[in-house]
Amino acid sequence: MAEVNTDQGGSAKGGKHGKVRAKKASTHIDMTPMVDLAFLLLTFFMLTTTFSKPKTIEINMPVKDGEPTKVNNAVTILLSDKDRVFWYYGEFKPGETQLIKSDFSDNGIRKVLLDKNAVAHAEVMKLEEQLAKRQIADSTFKRLSVEAKSQKSALMVLIKTDDKAKYRNVIDILDELSIASVGKYAIVDIMKDEYDLMQNAN
Amino acid sequence: MTPMVDLAFLLVTFFMLTTKFRPEEPVVVDMPSSVSSKILPENTLTITVDSAGRAFFNIDGQSVRRNLLTRIGEKYKIQFTEDELKKFSVMSTIGMPADKLKAYLDAPDSERKKMDKATGGIPIDTLNNQLADWIVYGWTAAISDEAYAKKKESGNELRFAIKGDGGVDYTYIKRIIEIFQQNKVNRFNLITNLQATPTTE
Repeated sequence: MAEVNTDQGGSAKGGKHGKVRAKKASTHIDMTPMVDLAFLLLTFFMLTTTFSKPKTIEINMPVKDGEPTKVNNAVTILLSDKDRVFWYYGEFKPGETQLIKSDFSDNGIRKVLLDKNAVAHAEVMKLEEQLAKRQIADSTFKRLSVEAKSQKSALMVLIKTDDKAKYRNVIDILDELSIASVGKYAIVDIMKDEYDLMQNAN
Repeated sequence: MTPMVDLAFLLVTFFMLTTKFRPEEPVVVDMPSSVSSKILPENTLTITVDSAGRAFFNIDGQSVRRNLLTRIGEKYKIQFTEDELKKFSVMSTIGMPADKLKAYLDAPDSERKKMDKATGGIPIDTLNNQLADWIVYGWTAAISDEAYAKKKESGNELRFAIKGDGGVDYTYIKRIIEIFQQNKVNRFNLITNLQATPTTE
């Protein structure tokens, strides 16, 4: 099967009965092995290729110096183990601030963020719609959405974790922030008071 | 049959050209999924953190890696042979403390796998912060590389990425970020898997 068919005239069949025919050199070569190989390679490459490239979330950490600036419209999200998540609005007042328990479901922390960030979120949604209809350019969309997210009334989110929180939950929160179009956020160290409050809040 | 064969070869060529073989990774990391659809840029310095909190280091570029290992050798007074440098330049992620590096590079593949399992990763304690050296030397090696100017021009400057296992305690990731920030890196890429975008309404 694997050799080139050179057809030397007197074939095995023609030995006994057949008449001797005029030699006709064939120009066809057997392509089957080559095709086999081609398909083998094709299968190999198809199975080994991974089209899904890893994705990434880009974050900018605040440079570590000086006190954090005071913000008026801020939600602090506290993360702990077993997917527990708490939040409170505004400034932390010892003895006064109560942690509100939430979760990662659609009606959990996402709803909180969407409610509090309604103005900016609506603006970004509007821009996205315009982008989909090709009314604005890509670069314009980027600029305007950054502007909308960083406007004064937009929500600021502080993410704090205790020592048992899982990395997955931090990513989940970052996700929720991007869904709710929150542009101003920071991952910061937890305060002692908050930590105590969270441990008691179970 | 000819059209079919033509097509087959076309596909073979396509897959051959688009496939990029990645060297085997020493650790399996189950990345958390996110809705972010931003593709990880090429030319990264990646710190991998596995589920046990062990830190591994990886950087792209053969000449960069070679340069990096030489510098690490200078710092920790290890003399690497030409053969070891060559091996390291084509490897990928590494998670060995400096004193075991030489033995690791000399070991055969099967032995290396065992060492990967047994290693505690690159030390990240404050007293023995070898990861910071890897980052600093890796960074300097990358930007002093000949091809870097060209890469930067085409928007491919060196990025810093953290590839963490979803189940790892955030404290480990925080420590890595802290080490990055001590070395004036404030912008990271957190590597994730894509998950379907949920609707907001």
